[in-house]
Amino acid sequence: MQNTDNQTVVICTDLSKTYQQGLIQVHALSNINFEVNKGEFICLSGPSGSGKSTLLNMIGGLDTPSSGKVYIDGEEIDKLNKSELADMRLHKIGFVFQAYNLIPVLTAQENIEMVMQMQGVSKNERHHKSLNILQEVGLGGLENRKPTELSGGQQQRIAVARAIVSRPSLVLADEPTANLDSLTASKLIDLMLQMNELHNTTFIISTHDPMIMQRSKKLVKLHDGKIIDNIIQKNNV
Amino acid sequence: MNTTLNFAWRNIWRHPRRTILTMLAIAFGAALLVFSIGLQLGQYDLMIKGSISIYQGLLQVQKKGYLDEPKIRNDIKDIQNLARTIRDKTGIKSITARANGFALVSSEQRSYGTLITGVEPEYEKLVSSIPGTIKEGRYLLSDDSHEVIIGKSLANNLRIKTGDELTLMGSGRDGSIAATILPVSGIYDSGSKELDRNLIQIPIKTFQEVFSMGNAGHALIFYHDEIKKEHFFRQQLQQLIADNNQLLTLSWDQLQPGIKQAIELDYSSGWFMYLVLVAIITLSILNTFLMSVLERSREFGIMLALGYKPFNIAKLVMLEALILTFFALTLGTLAGLAINVYFAVYGLTFEGMEEIAQMYNMSATLHPQITFESILIGPLVIFIFTILSALYPAMKIRHLQPVEAMRKI
Repeated sequence: MQNTDNQTVVICTDLSKTYQQGLIQVHALSNINFEVNKGEFICLSGPSGSGKSTLLNMIGGLDTPSSGKVYIDGEEIDKLNKSELADMRLHKIGFVFQAYNLIPVLTAQENIEMVMQMQGVSKNERHHKSLNILQEVGLGGLENRKPTELSGGQQQRIAVARAIVSRPSLVLADEPTANLDSLTASKLIDLMLQMNELHNTTFIISTHDPMIMQRSKKLVKLHDGKIIDNIIQKNNV
Repeated sequence: MNTTLNFAWRNIWRHPRRTILTMLAIAFGAALLVFSIGLQLGQYDLMIKGSISIYQGLLQVQKKGYLDEPKIRNDIKDIQNLARTIRDKTGIKSITARANGFALVSSEQRSYGTLITGVEPEYEKLVSSIPGTIKEGRYLLSDDSHEVIIGKSLANNLRIKTGDELTLMGSGRDGSIAATILPVSGIYDSGSKELDRNLIQIPIKTFQEVFSMGNAGHALIFYHDEIKKEHFFRQQLQQLIADNNQLLTLSWDQLQPGIKQAIELDYSSGWFMYLVLVAIITLSILNTFLMSVLERSREFGIMLALGYKPFNIAKLVMLEALILTFFALTLGTLAGLAINVYFAVYGLTFEGMEEIAQMYNMSATLHPQITFESILIGPLVIFIFTILSALYPAMKIRHLQPVEAMRKI
């Protein structure tokens, strides 16, 4: 357990990831040192291959670092076994993916409820919370629609709702606007910022999208697996 | 509906055509097994009933050692009295005494060696079908009438007809010559050429007189058409003869182990064919389940990322397999049962089966057996194999890595 201040949600120390591609070693991340405090809205930017997604995967416990450590709420995730990692993701982290990644056979509401169901939340509470969050993300009345009956923007809103419904410490979003048109993307950013403000949820978003970069509170620039800049932006919202 | 069950149910119907085809494959296999096993068991039932009803009975009481060495001296004293006592105590009438010997039988023109049995005509009718197969003349009248009935084949061989006289010559219990001349009162045609050629019957008292047996005989024959109650009847008989430790009760399969062995051999080879069928069905199901899991790798990756444990996803896949198999097996079992009920009522006749049927004194029309065993054993085997086949793709989920899985299309 890392002795952290209560406000620190994520700590990465000397984090490196090296992939073996045939005979070549690819250094996806090199000695990343990085901290995220509660309620921050951070944008990881950089060109393709800069290591944004790899860093998000390390923080989310979806991938293991070659060296270095990741702490979530003071807990070193490298020391957790598969089951404990799953529990950590279930209770502390929400994910938003580039391709929405909703379960096609479930309705909008059921997609939102599935995480709560795994958490053991009662049926009534799940129902109540999912309807509330659908209202918050502006999709009230669409709870019985299947993903195929929703637009890309609506699907991504459902994905955001799924990520934040159980109030995780951290939401990781990997290129959430990449598949959306600019208007829809802008609305989604509004939504995430609104959730950040409203629930004090910490967001780490990887993106190429200048609009998100501009509006984030903190911008971390990556290049060739290294942090090259860490900028706090004041006039973002 | 429970959320997980609901989720599993919807997953099953992602590809309705594939699901329906898989269910039909399972249902077809189950129906085929239910029908085949029912028919097979029905056939065995007929074989056993044919075998026990024609002559040997369901159970016999004999002196120890008589089965292996059927000597005339291995006898049971006062056998008719014992038969009467058992009939009185059990209230079951289909018990009769018999005495067996061997004799040379001669007509005017020919002689043949044959088994000669002394019977109680009144009770013999209740334990054996031979009295009912008299084609010429009549059956024996009483325990002490002087007459003989013979099989059709033997009558042909001896070239005699009813009313002709037959000379019997054998060896009595005391070693004396057992000889008599008896008129043929009836000729039977049991359908079993072996019996028709080798067995003649005379009244038991006449037998005892001719073969110097006193009041002894060799076997008590017990008949009942409920083969499954054999154990119960055997215990009853065993208790009634308990005070004579020289006697023992033998069941139909001990008396004619050949039939039991033939049934076991046929059942085993039948199951070999069934298992081939089950294996084919299992492989097709395995293919379906495997495809269903592989094409959802990305989705499973997402679920893992969201905090699902591999075990929970494997459980979901197993639940899908269970639901699909349950409905398919229910459908198949009901279809198989319906076919069995139809043929149980109307019977099923195969061309050219008459000779085999005759060999076992069976009807040439088969009626499938409808029991829990015949209905459930086939579907149960398919169920086990299907669930085993679903285990493999479910186990593969345990090795999924979220990042790798999410990259799959």
